[in-house]
Amino acid sequence: MDVDVTIRIAGQAGQGIQSISAIMGKIFTRHGYYVFVNQDAESRIRGGHNFDQVRIKDQPVYAIRDKLDYLLCLDENTIERDLPYLDQDGVMIYDGTKSEFKSDNPNFFSIPLEQIALEHGKSKIMLNSVATGAAFALLGFDLQPLLDRLAEEFSAKGIDVVDRNKISATAGYHHVQENFKGISVAKIPPASFSKKKMLLNGSQAMALGAICAGLKFYSGYPMSPATPIMEFIASQANEYDIIFEQAEDEIAAINMVIGASFAGARAMTATSGGGFSLMAEALGLAAMTETPAVIAVAQRPGPATGLPTRTEQGDLNSVIHASHGEFPRAVLAPGHAEQSFYLMAKAFNLADRYQTPVILLGDQHLNDSYFTVDNFELGSISIDRGDLVFDDQIPSLKDYRRYAWQESGISPRILPGRSKAVLYADSDEHTEEGHITESSDVRQSMVRKRMRKLDGLRQEMSAPIVYPAKKSDVVLLSWGSLYGASKEAVELLNRNGISTQMMHFSEIFPFTAASFANKIKKKSKIFAVENNYEGQFAEIFTRETGLAVFHKILKYDGRPFSPQEIVHQVNERI
Amino acid sequence: MTQLEDFKSNDPIAWCPGCGNFSILKALKQAFVELDKQPSEIVIVSGIGQAPKTPHYIRCNTFNGLHGRTLPVATGIKLANHELTVLAEGGDGDGYAEGGNHFIHAMRRNIDITYLVHNNQVYGLTKGQTSPTSGLGFVTKTAPSGTISPPLNPLLLAIAANCSFVARGFAGEVEHLTGLIKTAIQHKGFAYIDILQPCVSFNRVNTFQWYSDRIYSLSDETDHDAGDISIAFKKAQEWGKRIPVGIIFRKQRPTLDEQQSATVRESLVEQKIDPSLFGNIFESFK
Repeated sequence: MDVDVTIRIAGQAGQGIQSISAIMGKIFTRHGYYVFVNQDAESRIRGGHNFDQVRIKDQPVYAIRDKLDYLLCLDENTIERDLPYLDQDGVMIYDGTKSEFKSDNPNFFSIPLEQIALEHGKSKIMLNSVATGAAFALLGFDLQPLLDRLAEEFSAKGIDVVDRNKISATAGYHHVQENFKGISVAKIPPASFSKKKMLLNGSQAMALGAICAGLKFYSGYPMSPATPIMEFIASQANEYDIIFEQAEDEIAAINMVIGASFAGARAMTATSGGGFSLMAEALGLAAMTETPAVIAVAQRPGPATGLPTRTEQGDLNSVIHASHGEFPRAVLAPGHAEQSFYLMAKAFNLADRYQTPVILLGDQHLNDSYFTVDNFELGSISIDRGDLVFDDQIPSLKDYRRYAWQESGISPRILPGRSKAVLYADSDEHTEEGHITESSDVRQSMVRKRMRKLDGLRQEMSAPIVYPAKKSDVVLLSWGSLYGASKEAVELLNRNGISTQMMHFSEIFPFTAASFANKIKKKSKIFAVENNYEGQFAEIFTRETGLAVFHKILKYDGRPFSPQEIVHQVNERI
Repeated sequence: MTQLEDFKSNDPIAWCPGCGNFSILKALKQAFVELDKQPSEIVIVSGIGQAPKTPHYIRCNTFNGLHGRTLPVATGIKLANHELTVLAEGGDGDGYAEGGNHFIHAMRRNIDITYLVHNNQVYGLTKGQTSPTSGLGFVTKTAPSGTISPPLNPLLLAIAANCSFVARGFAGEVEHLTGLIKTAIQHKGFAYIDILQPCVSFNRVNTFQWYSDRIYSLSDETDHDAGDISIAFKKAQEWGKRIPVGIIFRKQRPTLDEQQSATVRESLVEQKIDPSLFGNIFESFK
């Protein structure tokens, strides 16, 4: 039996929706399933309408599905708002005592969630655990793994909180067993239990990738949706000998990163579009002084403050073009948690090897969504510090020149204080030694030296993922967090008889044009799929390859694509 | 012992003849020699302006970064390698205008670096515009009818921001300035010196003579207690007929780098990294 079940937990901010989805996500992961959890939250701490969706499959899953199998309503507003998304035979749990809603649908279960919470958990806030307990009973899952997870989830809040959550979940579970005897709406077969796979979100995967790549210094300023990266690194700083400093603003953050990196520590910062705009000048400083720097950018819809807690791919042009002047940089855009981990490690190596800034571009949909990951191979992480030299490798310490001319553009680099030689790094145009110059010859050769790094970087970019290999009539062109939706849309289209390939880019800039030309049909219809208004990647693609895009499927409402939406739009146009 | 010769740079100096920066450069080199510092153990971080050219004229490690951003870069360097002697250097525009926010927060953090501000009360590199420390009525190209907003008192700001070492020097008193810089470098924590620096090209009001007529050394005043914050506030406000130079306020407190580095085994740049030892980090996600 193919398992593909989506559970939506909806209610108000502050009701503990994310606790439930985190608890469920991990329990299903431990039962051997693959889980994808996405968040749809407003920028507020209490009230409003938020939901999380937990999608459970028996094979890897990277995207949302737009029909719900289960709906857990934590407040009455949710019923009306979210019922239209429930599948025909979908199951709903709601609190009939708190709502006028009436239905004779046997799959709709009215449970006095608030009453049970007050009676057993001594507080309305326990409603989420009551609902989770009830849901587990309806799903036909054992209670014990849920109780164990509640203990893990709330252990930091003390034994009283743990106990009240456990009692509440148990009461919800028993209420269903006692009141809905013999009714079975279970759609996920219970499976064996183990703790082999991981469940983590894009931000955590990025942070883990950085730590495993030898991150030693982090400085940043909180900004949704990038904040979880800094919070995770802060939580691990003591254990992994990392210095973490919360900066006064993003300008300070990136300049601290440049300082720490200049001194020799692997250093990074993370932010969203607005913070990145503030960092723009220093991006050029890293390139001009030839200092490695890694910047993770988790996009949200802009411009200005935009939609702080929602998703978009609108900053691609910004990260490729930000800052004045011409200088080399690389942009990587992972498609899921696993790529977030490995590409972060790659970002550090590229930054060190090319002594220039590297940007890892995520977005709210990638950074906040949880993925089940089989495991990360630490053995496949290599640390390459590039052309770092020490005194026994320097012919004459007195004549060391930080920006000595090299065909590759990459000059041997010493670290201040770890050599008897001294170095001058300058944001002004400079001589090979690093002193300010106005010389026309030196200026030209220094520009050439820096820009040559782009040739090297271009060679480092992996080819796009072309899936499946069979050449087809339709090509879905996607990048970054669109990976999951695009891949699944390809599978759905092929199943519907439309031969389709995905061409997905996770390593964006500098663009490598040659690598895929023979993998797609010359006459295939290319549909670009992007979470933005302009089709920014499609424009780059056409400019670099000369290949025309047949149609752009674009979405800029702050919400992620579902595979079904893409299929629908392809069907309309084909 | 290091010699002045050890700090000699090959870079030709691009300041106006008679500029106050020459004496600050001299005092800085002299302080390094007297403290027996090696060029390779020093990093000077500077921003953009006339003052930030200074490290090019000294043989030592230099990071000449962006306008106003000296202190974050210097903070990053010191945190990554606390063995280094780190100085930040810039002018009044760099430090008090463009970099004002970083100034406040570097003092709050008490990162163990020395910050020298060449304060000439006017913009030099961009040829004579108003600075945050330009006096009331001071006529510049951007204030042709005279400066309207009163000047920032950076010393007062520093004391209020809990800076652990606040001093004022004068470019015309090289020996005194050398002593101040030495004490500042030896101070454990954020040591800040505002250095009065006459600009011979764009400031015809606050000249060498103008300063010389007004300054007096706090060390000559036996009753100045630099540990008393209320006296320090008073001294920091003295600006007119008499202008005090010397250490205005000093109070030892834990530094950012010693607190941060207490949690790491050794200087970040000395650490060996072996990802294969990181397996445990995944456990909490299972």
